[in-house]
Amino acid sequence: MQLTVWTYEGPPHVGAMRIATAMEGVHYVLHAPQGDTYADLLFTMIERRGKRPPVTYTTFQARDLGKDTAALFQTAVSEAVDRFAPQALLVGASCTAELIQDDPSGLASALRLPIPVIALELPSYQRKENWGAAETFYQLVRALCTPAKAEAESRKDRPHTPTANILGPTALGFRHRDDVVEITRLLETLGIGVNVVAPLGATPADLARLPDADFNISLYPEIADTACRWLERTYGQKTVRTVPIGHGATRDFIAEVAALAGVDPSAALDTSRLPWWSRSVDSTYLTGKRVFIFGDATHAVAAARLARDEFGFEVVGLGCYNREFAREIRTAAQLYGLEPLITDDYLEVEEAIAKLQPELVLGTQMERHIAKRLRIPCAVISAPVHVQDFPARYSPQMGFEGANVLFDTWVHPLVMGLEEHLLTMFRDDFEFSDQAGASHLGHGAAPAATRHPGPVPGSTVPQADVQVAEWAPAQGRGDEDGMAQPRGWSPEAERELLKIPFFVRGKARRNTERYAAEHGIAAITLDTLYDAKAHYAR
Amino acid sequence: MNALTLAVPAGSDCAPAVRGAVLRERGQREVFCGLTGIIWLHRKVQDAFFLVVGSRTCAHLLQSAAGVMVFAEPRFGTAIIEERDLAGMVDCNAELDRVVDRLLARRPDIKLLFLVGSCPSEVIKLDLSRAAQRLSVKHSGATRVLNYSGSGIETTFTEGEDACLAALVPELAATAPGDALELMIVGALPDVVEDQFLRLFAQLGIARVHSFPARRAGAMPPAGPNTRFLLAQPFLGETARALEDRGAVRLDALFPFGAEGTSAWLHAAAVAFGIDEMHFRTVIAPGRERAKRAIAHAREQLGGKSIFFLPDSQLELPLARFLAQELGMVPLEVGTPYLHRAHMARELALLPAETVISEGQDVDRQLDRVRAARPDLTVCGLGLANPLEAEGLTTKWAIELVFSPIHGFDQAGDLADLFARPLRRRDVLKV
Repeated sequence: MQLTVWTYEGPPHVGAMRIATAMEGVHYVLHAPQGDTYADLLFTMIERRGKRPPVTYTTFQARDLGKDTAALFQTAVSEAVDRFAPQALLVGASCTAELIQDDPSGLASALRLPIPVIALELPSYQRKENWGAAETFYQLVRALCTPAKAEAESRKDRPHTPTANILGPTALGFRHRDDVVEITRLLETLGIGVNVVAPLGATPADLARLPDADFNISLYPEIADTACRWLERTYGQKTVRTVPIGHGATRDFIAEVAALAGVDPSAALDTSRLPWWSRSVDSTYLTGKRVFIFGDATHAVAAARLARDEFGFEVVGLGCYNREFAREIRTAAQLYGLEPLITDDYLEVEEAIAKLQPELVLGTQMERHIAKRLRIPCAVISAPVHVQDFPARYSPQMGFEGANVLFDTWVHPLVMGLEEHLLTMFRDDFEFSDQAGASHLGHGAAPAATRHPGPVPGSTVPQADVQVAEWAPAQGRGDEDGMAQPRGWSPEAERELLKIPFFVRGKARRNTERYAAEHGIAAITLDTLYDAKAHYAR
Repeated sequence: MNALTLAVPAGSDCAPAVRGAVLRERGQREVFCGLTGIIWLHRKVQDAFFLVVGSRTCAHLLQSAAGVMVFAEPRFGTAIIEERDLAGMVDCNAELDRVVDRLLARRPDIKLLFLVGSCPSEVIKLDLSRAAQRLSVKHSGATRVLNYSGSGIETTFTEGEDACLAALVPELAATAPGDALELMIVGALPDVVEDQFLRLFAQLGIARVHSFPARRAGAMPPAGPNTRFLLAQPFLGETARALEDRGAVRLDALFPFGAEGTSAWLHAAAVAFGIDEMHFRTVIAPGRERAKRAIAHAREQLGGKSIFFLPDSQLELPLARFLAQELGMVPLEVGTPYLHRAHMARELALLPAETVISEGQDVDRQLDRVRAARPDLTVCGLGLANPLEAEGLTTKWAIELVFSPIHGFDQAGDLADLFARPLRRRDVLKV
């Protein structure tokens, strides 16, 4: 048993739902108790989908267990096929149904349905959401992609415009909606046609056409890699594996795609604003900012490259929550001389961030909350998703426009270069409220009491904000974050600390206390404060 | 079971009405499981921890339903059963003990720990009551360990609170025989509402009033034959039965929603405690008037509008009664996951005879009825609200009714407004 407070990934059947919901003409009959229907709200509330996910839950109850849950399943399948008339049917079990071993596969095939039925075996007690999504997509591709290799190749014999499949985008994906638009546009500029985008928006018939493309683009390896490998083996289709997140990676992606398609890359080597924005003098203050990066492996690895090469940050921590991609994250971590953090225990991540005291955290919604607690600026780079990760505006992470978006998103939480000087200048002005916190962080003011006894559901409101513990100079943080209580500060040193801008004061306090502890200094004086500053100076 | 007629208890001061058949459905449901109750229970009892013994799905449900990934450590968590637990490679009980030890070492402030059963723990027949006994002994003096099931194969949504409170009842101290009558308010209420009720009972002259659950594990009220209890929530059937087993007596009343419901609810206590009728009227008059004033503006908006409740929290019947009786709405169908006929008798008697009462669910068929009826307002769960809005139907998220303070005189206006707001919004938007 594993004690879990918050999880990065849902169970594997939620991954299967992300595939089914992304596609058209697919229905998923899930053998599951009623509580599992909560998963619908992920799609209808977080992603604001205007349609129910195409999922029928059998919702068996305790009283059914002694009787015939198998019959219940078969009825649910028949009724779902009649009502929704899907072109292909997914069947499977959630964690509870897995234990009662009703064999959805056998039960569904016994019904001799007139459509393809794909049975999913998703071991709930071993695997998680991303794996479930990848496996489901692979099983669908395998089952529905029927042409023989020779036939598929003969179709490509005559001269044609090169085409590619874009594989991996799903429902509830982190900015998948906009990434697909951006990458499609980029391919068009190169004169490469998009054969199929899948699973997002694809029908079962579209999956059957996958072999028509000249090559595949594995846009989200967490979802698409298994299917891409099978297509490679079966149809000899090459896979583009460079993930175009960031300016440099987008250029590499274009080069790889152009080489495979036999087209001239220069048409697309237009540029994002990122290089100039990064070189302009106001960005000087970004130099060497210590950044901690955590997310799914693909986004984390991409973010690390951007952080170092395109922002001039120092990567001090790098990790991912999906062990399936541990190798990728290890390889990347070596580039930065780091030991990667591979864990799905959010308390471990919190501990690492608290210890490293980075100046910026690039993470998931979990790290956003951790960073908020520790008063460290943060930008979100990866799933798990939150309602805020589905903005109304166009906001890709990939391609050149994606690089522009990333520049803004990462720089925004930081105090700007000139602003930093102005804050120092006006710190002692009586009209400047030092306690107010950074206005752009949005929650500097004392929180109003909530009138709700419970949180508002559906991940729609960052309710947790109301509990933000304000940092007050005269008192220490609560003991909840495991930080040492301030001790032995002389009044003089305490006053000096107040002269330090608020956004580095917490760090100065911690560094000084750590320095004092390490050097066996009981009473922190003015000298200790400046000794510590010198000690930690870079 | 007789599903056709409803027994109205003798002596009821409501006109008994014979209803038509209750539509009972046993198809696919779209309702949360009882684990969801942890979201408000852990905030009510501030030194209790809720440890779900379940799967990754359970943890994901709590996280998604709570709508937050709170940065602070919440007072609930999940012991996720893994392959090696199922394969017998490790002893589940030893694993559970290890998890609880680690948890209590981290959180020594926890005085009451609930082991909460889930669908997987029920199916593999993990005996959590034995585990709770064993762990209670192990941690005696520091933490009491109890268990209940919030599994979706046995409980829907608010039944989780019922199961939790029912598990607490045998732990309550006994009242002394011959003691004066005591009043117990049963059901987790927001603190602000609880305090309002306590003030009213004090003004009425009822000396000994307790809330159950209390805000701290060590302050749970006693129970015994001299206990008279009022259910503040309509979903507490098992808790009521457990209290009755201890000799406590339930005061039958409307549930305290709106001016009328709250008056009737308070009145039941006043009668049981021999409070003078004139005094009762004097005490409740200001609150009752405030409630009526507060809902007046919503009445203009809601009067004559039709409403359809999909089953969610078991609050549906009392709320439909409030909306019909005090705001002039027309309930077309009122769905409830479970219908407790005795506790609901007075509520049912006040609903219009044409209103269809449905128990259980077959979600696709029920949605067909919603589409055919095209109600002005549909009350439904989060999974259904946006899809129905996209079809042009105006909806109200049912879960907000569970999380918001809606009981009593001074929340009647807020309660009415929860229903009026979606309609008002529909009218103001020009996009």
